[in-house]
Amino acid sequence: MSKIELSIGPNFFNWSNEKLVDFYARIADEAPVERVYIGEVICGKRMPFNDKVWPEIYDRLSNAGKTVVFSTIALPVTVRDRKSINALSADSELVEANDIASVHKRSGQPFVGGPFLNIYNEQTAKVLMNLGMETFCPPVELPLTSVEAIAQALPDLTIELFAFGRLPLAVSGRCYHARAHKLHKDNCQFICDRDLDGMDVTTLDDQKFLSANGIQTLSHSVQAITLGRDELLTKGIGRLRLSPHNIDMIAIAEIYRDLVAGNIESAEAEARLQAQPLPGALANGYVTGKPGHLWQAD
Amino acid sequence: MLGQRNDNNPSLELVCPAGTPAALKAAAEAGAHSIYCGLRNETNARNFPGLNFSEKELNAGVRLAHRHGSHVLVAVNTFARAGDTHIWKRAVDAVAASGADAIIAADIAVLDYAKEKHPDLRLHLSVQAAAATPESISFYQDTFGVQRVVLPRVMSVEEIAKLNKEITVETEVFVFGGLCVMTEGRCALSSYATGKSPNLTGVCSPPGDVSYDEEGSNLYARLGGFTIDGFGEGETAGYPTLCKGRFKAEGETSYLFEDPVSLNAASLLPRLKKAGVTACKIEGRQRGKAYISQVVKAFRTAVDALDAGGNAEEEVSAMLSAMTEGGRETTGAYKKIWR
Repeated sequence: MSKIELSIGPNFFNWSNEKLVDFYARIADEAPVERVYIGEVICGKRMPFNDKVWPEIYDRLSNAGKTVVFSTIALPVTVRDRKSINALSADSELVEANDIASVHKRSGQPFVGGPFLNIYNEQTAKVLMNLGMETFCPPVELPLTSVEAIAQALPDLTIELFAFGRLPLAVSGRCYHARAHKLHKDNCQFICDRDLDGMDVTTLDDQKFLSANGIQTLSHSVQAITLGRDELLTKGIGRLRLSPHNIDMIAIAEIYRDLVAGNIESAEAEARLQAQPLPGALANGYVTGKPGHLWQAD
Repeated sequence: MLGQRNDNNPSLELVCPAGTPAALKAAAEAGAHSIYCGLRNETNARNFPGLNFSEKELNAGVRLAHRHGSHVLVAVNTFARAGDTHIWKRAVDAVAASGADAIIAADIAVLDYAKEKHPDLRLHLSVQAAAATPESISFYQDTFGVQRVVLPRVMSVEEIAKLNKEITVETEVFVFGGLCVMTEGRCALSSYATGKSPNLTGVCSPPGDVSYDEEGSNLYARLGGFTIDGFGEGETAGYPTLCKGRFKAEGETSYLFEDPVSLNAASLLPRLKKAGVTACKIEGRQRGKAYISQVVKAFRTAVDALDAGGNAEEEVSAMLSAMTEGGRETTGAYKKIWR
């Protein structure tokens, strides 16, 4: 592959249906990306609400010529979560598996191995390729040396790097939004809808550290992989994933489009990203196997 | 043979940790039905200095355990590093050669290799694989012939009971010791702060990245430079395990993720047994032999009392309270209110 594609990853946050519809309409009309992942991946309790708008969003994106992929929930627990995975996975459309349950239900149909799957090496990737995996978005903590080793061993696998956005670090059975508001998950009042990019979690000495989003914990910092086009190609990267935030994602996509087209160098991409009102400081430590919060340019 | 305990007699199998040969001996003598351990390298999820078994020690440990009638389960449960999968394959070969009764694995690469090269070796799915639904468990059962799954610590007793009705593999659950708040195997918090992934290296919140810094009359416990907790004069300073720290959110300071508590589900054993659980697991391969001996004896008392149709809750509680040193305990996700 001599071209590097861009994708918009699944939205992690509890956005209103109105906001989701508007967001994806703009992506459909203006974002220079080939692929868009949609669907609820974090909390099954949000599904009865946003399930209503996904068909409309799917059509809107699809009519605009985007490849649309349904992402399945990362930590299925309830019967509803499981039914959702089973229904999506049985469908002939491309899906992103974020739990091994989805892989099982694909029964060999093509799928994307999402960043919530534990694929750390070429042998695991190979077994999953034999079961239909066509694209692999590595776990965010996987260093580029490992990604490269997998790409070299499996040249037919498309590697999609988590290039922009707060890092999805953990999922839990417990809801931290509910806990912070002295509620329980079963009676959460959907309070996570207040934080469109997640709830700030700071240390006792006020260092920005993490961000909570319901049962999910993200980094406070914003991952930005800004390797140049040639370097990405050498390392076997086929696509960069941009994770949605409550900022101008069209502007973000345009920066990355310029980067992967070879129009701009890393330094300019970084400067243009820094100029955006990002929810946290830039980070890219994981790329070189260092702590994920570090920014190597520092 | 493993698992048959449950076929002939619906009694709980007690699975006990051993970080050293001495702990293995203590567990066997204290009445552990099964003992789990790992090799001394990054292939197991308790890769701390001074812990675990050389291949020779594993071979001897298996012989000793078998003389006591205990089974040995060996954890090769980290995820193999790309380009270095031979280290994990070598570990699987060593487990097979030792005569151990089962291997506990999470990585698909490890499961795949074990199934291909050692088809007679019993496979248990590690908690690190985070398989919590009939569909994900079936995947591992159908693809690799997994015979038991160690359930993630995110499920309530009711959910475990429901799950057991829908699957045909055995289930094993944690009942005592350390408690992961995040879904095991799916947590990159420690690597975010330190650069070392528990999934790859087997160490969470590694000691080498911990510092205790005195500032005025306060002591701060830090991990990778991030303040995880702070202690005033007279307060006992705890270890900065990331998810058990004090943080600020919504203007309040709290143990946002989890209080510094440990799991004790001894009181839930009757309900877990009724829920169809095959085996109960005690966490703590980092613990010394005296601790192991006491905790195993307590749980063996509890299991035997259950077998006899009775309940030794008070006696067991007294035996365990000495081991938790006044530390706080929780029944974790087993009760839905935890969420």
